[in-house]
Amino acid sequence: MIRPPHLPSPDKILTLEDLTVSFDGFKALDGLTLSVDRGELRCIIGPNGAGKTTMMDVVTGKTRPDHGSAWFAQDVDLLALSEPEIAQAGIGRKFQKPTVFESLTVFENLELAIWGDKSFWKDLVARLTRAQRQHIDDILDVIGLTSERAALAGALAHGQKQWLEIGMLLMQEPELLLVDEPVAGMTPQETARTVELLLSLAAEHSLIVVEHDMDFVRSIARRVTVLHEGRVLADGNMDQVQNDPRVVEVYLGA
Amino acid sequence: MSGVRRWTMIEHDRAGAVFLALIAAVAIAAPVLNQLVPASSPFHLSTYSLTLIGKYMCYAMLALAVDLIWGYAGILSLGHAAFFALGGYAMGMYLMRQIGPRGVYGDPILPDFMVFLNWQKLPWFWTGFNHFWFALVAIAAVPAALALVFGWFAFRSRVTGVYFSIMTQALSYALMLAFFRNDMGFGGNNGFTDFKDILGFDLHADRTRVVLVVVTAAALAASYLACRVIVSSRAGRLFRAIRDAESRARFLGYRVESYKLWVFVVSAVLAGIAGALYVPQVGIINPSEFAPINSIEAVIWVAVGGRGTLFGAAMGAVLVNYAKTYFTGALPELWLYALGALFVLVTLFLPHGLAGLGRRRRRAVQAGAAVPAIWVLGSHVGVSLGNKLK
Amino acid sequence: MLGELGEASFVEKEAIVERLSARGDPSIRPLLSALLEDRLIVRQSDQRVFIVKSADDSLASLELIDPVSLAGAGSASRDDLTRIGTNNRLRKRLRALVARFDLSNPDAAVRLAAVQEILRSLDAESLELLRSRSAVEPNAGVKAEIEIGMGLASLDSGDSRARLAAIAALTRTLSPQVRNRLAALVEPTADGGFAEPDELVRQAAARAVRAIDRWRAFYGVVETLFFGLSVGSVLVLVAVGLAITFGVMGVINMAHGELMMLGAYTTYVMQLAMPNHIGVSILLAVPAAFLVAGATGVILERTIIRFLYGRPLETLLATFGVSLVLQQLVRSLFSANNRSVETPAWMSGTLQMNGALSITVNRLCIIAFTLVVFAILLIVLKRTRLGLDIRAVSQNRAMAQAMGIRTGWVDAMTFGLGSGIAGIAGVALSQFTNVGPNLGQSYIIDSFMVVVFGGVGNLWGTLVGGLSMGVVHQLLEPYAGAVLAKILVLVALIVFIQRWPRGLFPQTGRAAESQT
Repeated sequence: MIRPPHLPSPDKILTLEDLTVSFDGFKALDGLTLSVDRGELRCIIGPNGAGKTTMMDVVTGKTRPDHGSAWFAQDVDLLALSEPEIAQAGIGRKFQKPTVFESLTVFENLELAIWGDKSFWKDLVARLTRAQRQHIDDILDVIGLTSERAALAGALAHGQKQWLEIGMLLMQEPELLLVDEPVAGMTPQETARTVELLLSLAAEHSLIVVEHDMDFVRSIARRVTVLHEGRVLADGNMDQVQNDPRVVEVYLGA
Repeated sequence: MSGVRRWTMIEHDRAGAVFLALIAAVAIAAPVLNQLVPASSPFHLSTYSLTLIGKYMCYAMLALAVDLIWGYAGILSLGHAAFFALGGYAMGMYLMRQIGPRGVYGDPILPDFMVFLNWQKLPWFWTGFNHFWFALVAIAAVPAALALVFGWFAFRSRVTGVYFSIMTQALSYALMLAFFRNDMGFGGNNGFTDFKDILGFDLHADRTRVVLVVVTAAALAASYLACRVIVSSRAGRLFRAIRDAESRARFLGYRVESYKLWVFVVSAVLAGIAGALYVPQVGIINPSEFAPINSIEAVIWVAVGGRGTLFGAAMGAVLVNYAKTYFTGALPELWLYALGALFVLVTLFLPHGLAGLGRRRRRAVQAGAAVPAIWVLGSHVGVSLGNKLK
Repeated sequence: MLGELGEASFVEKEAIVERLSARGDPSIRPLLSALLEDRLIVRQSDQRVFIVKSADDSLASLELIDPVSLAGAGSASRDDLTRIGTNNRLRKRLRALVARFDLSNPDAAVRLAAVQEILRSLDAESLELLRSRSAVEPNAGVKAEIEIGMGLASLDSGDSRARLAAIAALTRTLSPQVRNRLAALVEPTADGGFAEPDELVRQAAARAVRAIDRWRAFYGVVETLFFGLSVGSVLVLVAVGLAITFGVMGVINMAHGELMMLGAYTTYVMQLAMPNHIGVSILLAVPAAFLVAGATGVILERTIIRFLYGRPLETLLATFGVSLVLQQLVRSLFSANNRSVETPAWMSGTLQMNGALSITVNRLCIIAFTLVVFAILLIVLKRTRLGLDIRAVSQNRAMAQAMGIRTGWVDAMTFGLGSGIAGIAGVALSQFTNVGPNLGQSYIIDSFMVVVFGGVGNLWGTLVGGLSMGVVHQLLEPYAGAVLAKILVLVALIVFIQRWPRGLFPQTGRAAESQT
């Protein structure tokens, strides 16, 4: 295990240092350094191509950086783990496009997301325990899809799919949730419902939310980080960031 | 999409029950029509027909094996005939040892082809094959081992989709080349043939054939049930999930590679058993069983019948092979055209196979197929009756 | 004197023949070669000696030629003629005598053969003949052959300095004949001594043998490399069309082999159409095969493949069906048997670079041809409008469409291009493999291997991958045999894919990952 230059402090849930990722000469991340506190709800914004999705890819193990370090909690080196291992370590990610399993029902989707050791032979004979069923019902309640439990996930409305995906994330009891553009394509009612959902989650989890919708960010954000060209451009609460001249020039426009 | 999928998911059980009933009917009718009904009757099942039925059922098993990984786990193997052939060769090795001193050269230990090559003793990998239980173990273990090794390498490095398919094709091609070599100790391009008996029962006797047919029917039913258990379990749901969104499944913590590997191994074992039952019924095994075209034909059986439906795959196997038997008998020149056209038409117009047709179309196809089927059956019975009455 | 040949014994015949040749008259040569070929006869009716045109015994009547004037002399029935027989010794002598005459033949190849013949039965007289010929011989190859011959003869000379000089001269040649002769010098004899009495000469011979062996080994490697490159060139030709359709369109074309087969059959048909101009027919077959295969490819694309975009596995199956239909079509039209395609004269033969390295011309042509085709392909892709469109569509279809590129047309053209190249590969294949309906099946797996190895969608990857696979296969073959070598290459590839699943030169970036 490679020791970082200095130990990440204990109240940080995520520490990224000097991450660099290039694709065919194009630098998606260019020495990105940021950290997120435990229990925080952080919003990451930035123009397209700023590196937000790539950053999440690195954290979840989908992409390996050319150099830099990424630490989860105090002692989990994310760069040394595989995707499933990272998922099992307590990081959950919700993708931009809702990727639920369309040919399974809502209930089955959540069932598959059950936390625990997974292997082919065990799953051949696995049956849900009462406690597990209860857990699924609880989550269904949180995301508001109790009445849709037997519907095919492919038949859900766009917003419902997003919530289902968040629900699947929650089944894994993650410590850190990475949420990529949760309200993209949602109606205002769905957006409001999502704000409620995320805020309720923020109580017991750490959240990193990437979004473009400024109204949404304003309604949930406490601390905002602006990315640009693979690096952190500005960091602070919503007002500070909105008034930062660099941010105005690059992103928020007039 | 959801409409069709819904149908196939709910109707599964009913279709499965019908399928098992059909198998049971065959398992009962075959011995009765062959052993109890006299040869002069038009309802007598000839040895030839018995063999054909047995063959079709073995192919149906192979189709189940292919559908398990393709229709459910999204893994297209273009080399499954290799597992079929390996199981077949294992059984063949047992049968060759059983010939004993009754071979052309009369050597009690060495099969004829080894005597012909002037070999002095049995190669090490032939030991144990004079015991039936050993052969049984090999029939399952050899395909499993190959699938395990190959699959471990392939899935671990995330080789998927067409790359994987090409690799399986290359694998079966390499095996074919290897088994064609005379010095491999597997009979070279002639393979194994001239079997005498199995477990002491004469392979040429109708009674033995009938038993083999019944055993095959039982194996087919068991394979079907095994596949049903797998696809109805959580693992089965996971495979559907993997087909929908593989990275999502990975994020959920599933070691997708390990799941794919095990279902691949199970599928290989099923194929091996199918091959092992095939060989004593057709009386021969040679390296052309490894040929890539055999694997691809197995895929088309599943595509025609309907992938992801299990029973559809089995029916597809029977249908296409029946057509093949008919064509190669009556219009051999046209068979390859028909097969080629089948590939093209099924992929273009029947992406879910026959089982995936909507209710109305299905009825139409069933009606359309029933007419010539009834005509053929009727004319066959009529002709035999006519012959008897003369 | 001629008349005596009919009745003479073999010994007498030999003497007659010697006297005849001593005259040095070039008209004697046809007589001698006729005798050698059993074409000298005596006509019973008048005991005159003639040459017959044909030695065919089944003909009832044979044409006669006057042995002196070489003019036609009518014909006679076979029954009237008696052949003048020869024995081995006489024939040997005749060959040597004929060769002497051939030493001054205007054709260099004939002269070369004559020199080699003379060397087989060297005596003082012929040695002298060679020496005088060497002084005036214009052709370098023939002259070198003479030098070797004389050098070998000098090895028998009594003077050890002459022998040393001969060894020094012979070291530069690399022929196995010379090497063995030199090695024989240092062979121990039964009585404990050596074939060569002089110590210095022995050492020189041993050194010479080692030097020759080193050079031979080196050229052996070069020859293997050359063979490997030619095998690899075929692989490149065969795979590059596939790389285009797979890389650009994500289409796995299982009918690719059959498109090559169509190209090979086009060559055959061209040869049937122009039986007297084989050389030209091959040159014309190249564009013809391109058109035939390319057109077939475009038809395929428009009627079938177009509807299966984004579904690579279905495309695989559908094109497999097409391959079956094409095979059967060819079987019906041309029969299932293999057809033979001739190699034109300018592609046949061997270039003998030196005693150890011979390069077959047809292999050289294949390598050159492949490089030319590859270069043209690169130019098309990098510098033409079509190439630009193809690259745009392959990288980002939606954007290309939005910019007004007619992607449907580009797809058809891309597929046509890849198929056309397959046809051209078929022309090359027809030159050294059997042309039959199963031609495609033998090469389809190899093409896939090269594409997978080299990296999808990358032409350079295909080039490097194909050539290296050819070389590796050729290196393995002497140790493992052709079939095992193939198996080993396949297994090695499977292992290689573990570490580099996207091949040698992979496409990177998100667009590539979303494909397959």
